[in-house]
Amino acid sequence: MNFFFAAVQRDLRVAFRHRNEIINPLAFFLMVAVLFPLGVNPEAKFLTQVAPGVIWVAALLASLLSVDGIFRTDYEDGSLEQMLISPQSLGVLVLAKVLTHWLISGFLLALLSPLLAMMLFLPSSGLFALVVSLLLGTPTLSLIGAIGAALTVGLRKGGVLISLLVLPLYIPVLIFGAGTVQAGAMGMPITGYLALLAAVLLVSTMVAPFAIVAALKISVRG
Amino acid sequence: MQHNFMLDVKNLYCERDERVLFENLSFSIGKGEVLQIEGQNGSGKTTLLRILSGLSDAFTGQLYWQQQHIDEVLEDFFQSLLYIGHLAGVKAALTAEENLAWMMKLAPHLNKLSLAQALEKVGLFGFEDVPCYTLSAGQQRRVGLARLYLSSAPLWILDEPFTALDKQGVTEKEALIAQHVHNGGMVILTTHHNLAIPNKTVRSINLDTGEVG
Repeated sequence: MNFFFAAVQRDLRVAFRHRNEIINPLAFFLMVAVLFPLGVNPEAKFLTQVAPGVIWVAALLASLLSVDGIFRTDYEDGSLEQMLISPQSLGVLVLAKVLTHWLISGFLLALLSPLLAMMLFLPSSGLFALVVSLLLGTPTLSLIGAIGAALTVGLRKGGVLISLLVLPLYIPVLIFGAGTVQAGAMGMPITGYLALLAAVLLVSTMVAPFAIVAALKISVRG
Repeated sequence: MQHNFMLDVKNLYCERDERVLFENLSFSIGKGEVLQIEGQNGSGKTTLLRILSGLSDAFTGQLYWQQQHIDEVLEDFFQSLLYIGHLAGVKAALTAEENLAWMMKLAPHLNKLSLAQALEKVGLFGFEDVPCYTLSAGQQRRVGLARLYLSSAPLWILDEPFTALDKQGVTEKEALIAQHVHNGGMVILTTHHNLAIPNKTVRSINLDTGEVG
């Protein structure tokens, strides 16, 4: 546990010293909400209908934007080698890295999302559903994204490949996430959707670390 | 049974891009020995060190740690191993102190000295609070090599440890290596520097000729 928190602390420190890497995805998220009405249709009636989908797609892409960096710098400066030959558990370390990624991407996106909801005229009844669905759904995105990042970390240009690998696996989260907000906005119960998102998160928390560890070993040991 | 040899390498074969780097390579290293890997650039020195450290699967052959197949005693092996590659594992955004604190968390065998003592030893006292990207290449290297002062692991595998160090730094690290082997430790390293260790013969493996000395 001590080691887990030390790893989270280290990664948060590194992240806060590269502040633009935290701000970039958030700015992207915000820009979608600003530009979408201008490019498509600024009418409130239209935006109310599409808001759940647009916000969730924007959050998903914003999370994907930063996922490539989870292991990149550690690979480039040799830290990852040291992690692989450490007697400490690599699974714990990987979970700490995913948690850190979520804290600086998904968590902040969820905090920012009410602002987007207002800009896109999402009914206030859907606000709770939006924040909770993002809080439950984005950790899964970080977990799945980390598998892609681990597989492509040894490649010089892994960015495009990550999207191809990871996006198909993101789709269930997107469907359930946007569905939650849609249902919430219409005043329908959302517990069923939330249970599904939670179930997906639980399964990926159990499975993804093994996949990430295996992928890292393949990437480094060649 | 007490056996002198700690790490045994048998019939190692490795090729890269359809070029054979080494084949039928067998050697052992025991307590108090220094083994220097020699060869031209691109002859596979780094590859060999990575294989020995468990960081590469691109080979055939067997590795034994204390008479047991290395895959079976991997955790024990990692407890006993200090590997410093030519990427030193120093995070540029973190300070020297934060880097060392993390290394000590990651590798519990880095426990011989306190963090402050190690920083003083590598001459970075007074620089511990600045991010490593503001340090010179040699100073960054020193942060990575501070592990030599800290490590109680018996096996050191060092890839070009003297790169970017000044003369005094090289002498200090050489003395450390000498002290380590005199205390029964083992060192496998590559360097283009003429390594001199008092009262010890430095064994060598030449990857160009395949000679094991």
